[in-house]
Amino acid sequence: MKKFKFGAILSVMLVFVVTGLVMAGTLEGVKARGHLIAGVNGSVFGFSMPDDKGNWKGLDVDTAKAIAAAVFGNANKVKFTALTAVQRLPALQSKEIDVLCRNTTQTLTRETTNGLNFCQVNFYDGQGFLVPKKLGVKSATELGGATVCVLPGTTTELNVADFFRKNKMKWKPVVIEQTAELSKAFFAGRCDCLTSDASQLAAHRSVAPNPDDYVLLPEIISKEPLAPVVRHGDDQWYDIVDWTVMALIQAEEFGITSKNVDKMLKSQDPQIQRFLGVTPGMGKALGLDDKWVYNIIKQVGNYGEIFERNVGPNTPLKLERGQNDLWINGGLMYAAPFR
Amino acid sequence: MFALSSASIEKIPFWLDPKKRSIIAQVVVLIMFGLLAWYLVSTTLGNLGKQGIATGFGFLDRESAFEIGESLIPYSAADTYARALLVGVLNTLRVALVGIVLTIILGAFIGIARLSGNWLVSKLAGIYIEVMQDIPVLLQLFFWYAIFYGMLPSPRQALNPIKGLFLCNRGMIFAVPQLHPSHKYIFLAFILGCVLVYFLRHWAISHQARTGKALPVFKISVIILVGFPLLTWVAFGAPTHMDHPKLHGFNFKGGVTLSPEFMALLLGLVLYTAAFVAEVVRAGIQSVGKGQREAAMSIGLKPGQVLPLVILPQALRVITPPLTSQMLNLTKNSSLAVAIGYPDFVSVANTTINQTGQSIEGVALIMAVYLIFSLSTSAFMNWYNKRVALVER
Repeated sequence: MKKFKFGAILSVMLVFVVTGLVMAGTLEGVKARGHLIAGVNGSVFGFSMPDDKGNWKGLDVDTAKAIAAAVFGNANKVKFTALTAVQRLPALQSKEIDVLCRNTTQTLTRETTNGLNFCQVNFYDGQGFLVPKKLGVKSATELGGATVCVLPGTTTELNVADFFRKNKMKWKPVVIEQTAELSKAFFAGRCDCLTSDASQLAAHRSVAPNPDDYVLLPEIISKEPLAPVVRHGDDQWYDIVDWTVMALIQAEEFGITSKNVDKMLKSQDPQIQRFLGVTPGMGKALGLDDKWVYNIIKQVGNYGEIFERNVGPNTPLKLERGQNDLWINGGLMYAAPFR
Repeated sequence: MFALSSASIEKIPFWLDPKKRSIIAQVVVLIMFGLLAWYLVSTTLGNLGKQGIATGFGFLDRESAFEIGESLIPYSAADTYARALLVGVLNTLRVALVGIVLTIILGAFIGIARLSGNWLVSKLAGIYIEVMQDIPVLLQLFFWYAIFYGMLPSPRQALNPIKGLFLCNRGMIFAVPQLHPSHKYIFLAFILGCVLVYFLRHWAISHQARTGKALPVFKISVIILVGFPLLTWVAFGAPTHMDHPKLHGFNFKGGVTLSPEFMALLLGLVLYTAAFVAEVVRAGIQSVGKGQREAAMSIGLKPGQVLPLVILPQALRVITPPLTSQMLNLTKNSSLAVAIGYPDFVSVANTTINQTGQSIEGVALIMAVYLIFSLSTSAFMNWYNKRVALVER
């Protein structure tokens, strides 16, 4: 009886403690913990994957590092949690992670019934098909009757179903949860074609036994704006993540890089002075240090640097800027004004 | 002092009366548990509401919009989530039922082999059991799956060991008889045969009790069960049209396809669980005293009769309860299908959870379905256990 009472009191207390934590804002929680917890993919080269020394590398990883730099002034105060497509949204909803930077597509359902908010897009993507060259397929409309490898719980899984339905073609999905297992099955010939976001297909191909044996079909069947995600109900935290990505884009537009940011501190341009915190105010408004943009750019670099470093033409992915170029260069990357 | 009056007993305060105390304790526990459950549910609902996450099972009627690799019932992306989940349930049942039957056959075979007097047979069975028990079933699944998609050729170079059977990395595709009106009647003939065999056995037992003469029941049963459908088939002019699989575009059309995912899952589960079943069977047989066998031999039963008439009925009492738990294990382990892409219930439910965002409802559904599977298996096996259990007089 005594034991039971103790257990009951303990569990009730536990519940209160848990709900207590729930009440606190995300920023305070992150600061109290001392590091940021970011949900990432973990097995897509160029976006988030540990290298052979165990260091996390990738565009999504750098986005998370930028958030850590904004909050702590130190880009390394972040821990990464690898999540499958199925795990990612519940992990964020249940507060296991503070932010999800895991090539996740912004959709209406996810922003409403799932209770999430998507911040500024950090990669504009579209869904494509990867096929072995020897199949001789020139267009996705020739894929009738094909077996298609696809990840579960993704927008791609729905897009591909829509695509085949629209074109009245029969197909068979092979749905495997682990990205690595899925690409193994595809390269072993289990499927005729692998479908995913075009950037991910490029990543898959770059780790294929023989990358030149595979071709991307010309069709892009969907819009996939990939963005960091936060929970509903914490506007301050949403603003921080949102404006962190915008800061990366704006820095590129201003021509501020990790190399010249110190020199830029002496710039006479009032916009840049506000941007880098020489004229204070912007950081305070977000609840951050006024040096937040300086810290991001100094430690992580601007969006262009991140892109070139992880997925650009000089990486195994060999992706062009395309839609992900700045708006002044004909792309879609556009940051709202910092004022 | 000697005779305590009833009045003085009642004077014992209730907190010192063990009976009342235990009732009070249980009521308190129940209330506390209820409060805790209510607290958890209301907090969860409150938090979900605050985050603007939708709740309830309304999503089941919505269009699923995703495709499922294999299905026993017609299904397309235009069907509802409820139907998608049903497809998943049927896929789980399919692999679990076939798996359980094969596991029991293989397990019994290996368990008996383990007890064989032949040194080699016994040792081989022993090695099988040790190896299979010690490798995690998930690894075995990955292994078999890799064998199926990695070792077998593409459909265009499919292996064709016998006419009408193809093996490739899309699975095992084989010819089946083309649908014919006679099939219905052949099936009816088989059912009729089963009924007849049932009565025959009963009659044979009473016949033996009256006259002491045993009928060759087994041989007659086989003749009835094979003969009836065969005669019906001949009566319909022996239709032999087969639905042969043909390579068409990317894949085979016609025939029946067993996917690599299904075969890898089935093989992995059966080989793994059979090792445990073999040990259960061995233990059961060894639990029957040596004297029983000797007594059976001494009253003149043939060696072929000793096992089914004397040893097995007693061994089954020991075997049935642990066998039940192995069957449950197999059913539950089938949820590892998600790792190798077989669309079982968990896999479909996972996709549903992710597409709708209704995690709590989805997980509740998963738990409910597995609970129903397990409880019905247990109920059936308990009923069977009662039948074979020792009736003590």
